[in-house]
Amino acid sequence: MINTFTLDGMSIPFSEGQTIIQAAMAAGVYIPHLCFNPQFKPHGSCKLCTVKVNGRQSSSCTHQALSGMVVESNTTQINDERRMLLQMLFVEGNHFCPSCEKSGNCQLQATAYELHMMSPHFDQFFPDRAVDASHPEYLLDFNRCILCSLCVRASRDVDSKNVFALSGRGIKSRLIVNAKSGLLADTDFCGDDKAANVCPVGVILKKRIGFAVPIGQRSFDEQPISASPHPVMKEV
Amino acid sequence: MVCQINTHAAYLDPILIRHRPSDLLQILILAQDHYGYIHSDAIDHISAALKLPRSKIEGVAGFYSFLHLQPPGAYRVLFSDNITDRMSGSVALMESMCSQLWVEPGKLSEDNLLSIDTTSCTGMCDQGPAMLVNGLAINRLTQDRANAICELIREQVPVSAWPAVFFSIEDNIQRRDILLDSHFQSGSSLAALLLRGTDETLQQIKASLLRGRGGAGFSSGAKWELCRQAAGDARFVVCNADEGEPGTFKDRVLLNNFADMVFEGMTLCARIIGAKKGFLYLRGEYRYLLNHLQAVLQRRRQQGLLGNDILGHADFNFDIDIHLGAGAYICGEESALIESLEGKRGTPRNRPPFPVTHGYLNMPTVVNNVETFAAASLIALNGGAWYAGIGTGASSGTKILSVSGDCDCPGIYEYPYGVTVAQVLDDCGARDTQAVQISGPSGVCIAPDEFGRRIAFEDIPTAGSFMVFDKTRDMFEVARNFVHFFKHESCGFCTPCRVGTSLLSNMMDKLANGYGSPYDFAEIEKLNALLQSTSHCGLGHSACNPVLETIAKFRPAYDTRLAHKDFVPSFDLDRALSQARQMTGRNDTGAHLERSQD
Repeated sequence: MINTFTLDGMSIPFSEGQTIIQAAMAAGVYIPHLCFNPQFKPHGSCKLCTVKVNGRQSSSCTHQALSGMVVESNTTQINDERRMLLQMLFVEGNHFCPSCEKSGNCQLQATAYELHMMSPHFDQFFPDRAVDASHPEYLLDFNRCILCSLCVRASRDVDSKNVFALSGRGIKSRLIVNAKSGLLADTDFCGDDKAANVCPVGVILKKRIGFAVPIGQRSFDEQPISASPHPVMKEV
Repeated sequence: MVCQINTHAAYLDPILIRHRPSDLLQILILAQDHYGYIHSDAIDHISAALKLPRSKIEGVAGFYSFLHLQPPGAYRVLFSDNITDRMSGSVALMESMCSQLWVEPGKLSEDNLLSIDTTSCTGMCDQGPAMLVNGLAINRLTQDRANAICELIREQVPVSAWPAVFFSIEDNIQRRDILLDSHFQSGSSLAALLLRGTDETLQQIKASLLRGRGGAGFSSGAKWELCRQAAGDARFVVCNADEGEPGTFKDRVLLNNFADMVFEGMTLCARIIGAKKGFLYLRGEYRYLLNHLQAVLQRRRQQGLLGNDILGHADFNFDIDIHLGAGAYICGEESALIESLEGKRGTPRNRPPFPVTHGYLNMPTVVNNVETFAAASLIALNGGAWYAGIGTGASSGTKILSVSGDCDCPGIYEYPYGVTVAQVLDDCGARDTQAVQISGPSGVCIAPDEFGRRIAFEDIPTAGSFMVFDKTRDMFEVARNFVHFFKHESCGFCTPCRVGTSLLSNMMDKLANGYGSPYDFAEIEKLNALLQSTSHCGLGHSACNPVLETIAKFRPAYDTRLAHKDFVPSFDLDRALSQARQMTGRNDTGAHLERSQD
């Protein structure tokens, strides 16, 4: 007998230990998410993947699948909430899609399109965040950071380097790098690191290849983010 | 350079030798105690010694309000910013000190001598306005006392040489019941435990129907039993003395006067669940209690009530360490507290699993409130049936309330569960009461028509905070203060709480600035729904409560702020020029836009 739960009326099989989003992905069903990446331990911070489990809201990336549970995801109410969360992420940082090198390859932007976010809605915070261009090959543009900690997890768990970490608290939380100078150039970061290729937005950028793929031909220009359960972005 | 590093090694090595890497927060606190802040070279040394990445150490240090990576000045003045401090004049006192000492709030003075800022409630609401100077509590501030402090700072008198009377802290115990009146003999509960046996003592705790005093009210007996049954190589007992809920200060008084009862409750728990190690997590604001608590622990070791072979039983070994917090309200949440105990950023964990099965170092752990452990000592002594007979059906025993605000006799009141709000108000000498905020900003705000309600899990559950507001108070400002508190204390882990608490603060400020409209009301309600449904922990869930409760019950306080019928942007060009005015030292008509003067 196969364990299943229902997701928006569909029967989703799962294996022991899988979380809701993992099972949904395996079944080819998209649940919006940003801080979740199937290659890493779920984190549960962005809350985009919030679903209703038996009527109660929960993060589908960390909620263990159980036989018979009734999960709602693609509903007006939940999508309205997800849109507000996206708007929060947009106003918290400085996101200027038209001039951003990641436009079309950005999960934040693509998810906003997916959920029909027409404006940031809230007043912009316009935080003052410096760019770190110290590294010869890579650039860190903290303006776009959504604090998903994927680079933190990748560097710690895959690269065994701890190049990235979160510091500060609350709205002053920020990404830092592992160097006394605070500069990426003074860390052991390199382009082959997992952490170099995991940012869902445009913080960690390779230098001197800007706009190699023209806007209009990028991953999410070709198909919406929901077309695959977990987006795979084109290698640049 | 080499000499610099040696400077840090000299004080860090003795600290490092006594601690494990998981004690990182304690190491950082001690390092700062010695050097005044956590120097960049000190981080290098700690990083090398503990084999921890520098980014992790900076990440932890950056989380806690009381840790500094830059020199904060020789005098660090922090005004407690609870609404009760504000009601007793803290804002004017802070302004006065800033102007006397020529310093801007939150900034280091030009001569690097001092900084003056606000901090979340320091737990002295019955004797405010309160402040911390270099981490030590000073209460009952008056203009005279503030002037004297300015003079001491100007003369650069070391804080240790300041008048002792500044640092005196009162207990203000106003009403005693079974716990505060128990004349507890140290060792008596443990003797009862050994006489009765471990299993039977657990049965007594269960029979007492004791529920956690931190507010959530989980059955203590069930928690201890679950932990006892959970698989693990080691078990831990943790006492949550991170009493951060604004308006609460009963744990401070319990630890000051009844520390034996608390430690004995922890030891009982240890025996029942099979723990050898316990922690008391003491909020940084109460560090003045540290020496006293260490002395009590030491005496208990000498009395054979802690350490190896407790009361002569060869298989009864248990000891308690005290860990200090460093200014983070969220660490009162049990899983965040455990993270902090492990030397990490105080981010609440994903639950389940719960601490009873996966707590400290992922081992089964009981986390209970200070008052819960003290109550457990009483139950071991007097039996479960006795305790269950006090209070109400679903809430056995007594509850200690921290009463503050507009009343004649603020302080500590112990009542059997079931006492009405009206009774408490009567006893504390409150008159013309407009509202009572129960269980702090994350609790409930009740109006006079509800004063017949009872303090009990089945009606109004509370961690103990009881703040009284008379008819002269502006309930909008009460809510705004609480919203700013949540913004400051949000851990920043999840999107809705991190950003939502800031949005909410901005909206309340917008109303305060006279730009409110019914549109903003609708926005606040939308935010509330989002925070309640998607936040990671209780902080986000309750961050909108103060606003919603006051809107529902004290609508006129908001109506006066709704200057506009239709939406108005919060941006005001004249206000945006305030920085330019400050920089040029001007405030004349010509430095203002015409529009805003009419």
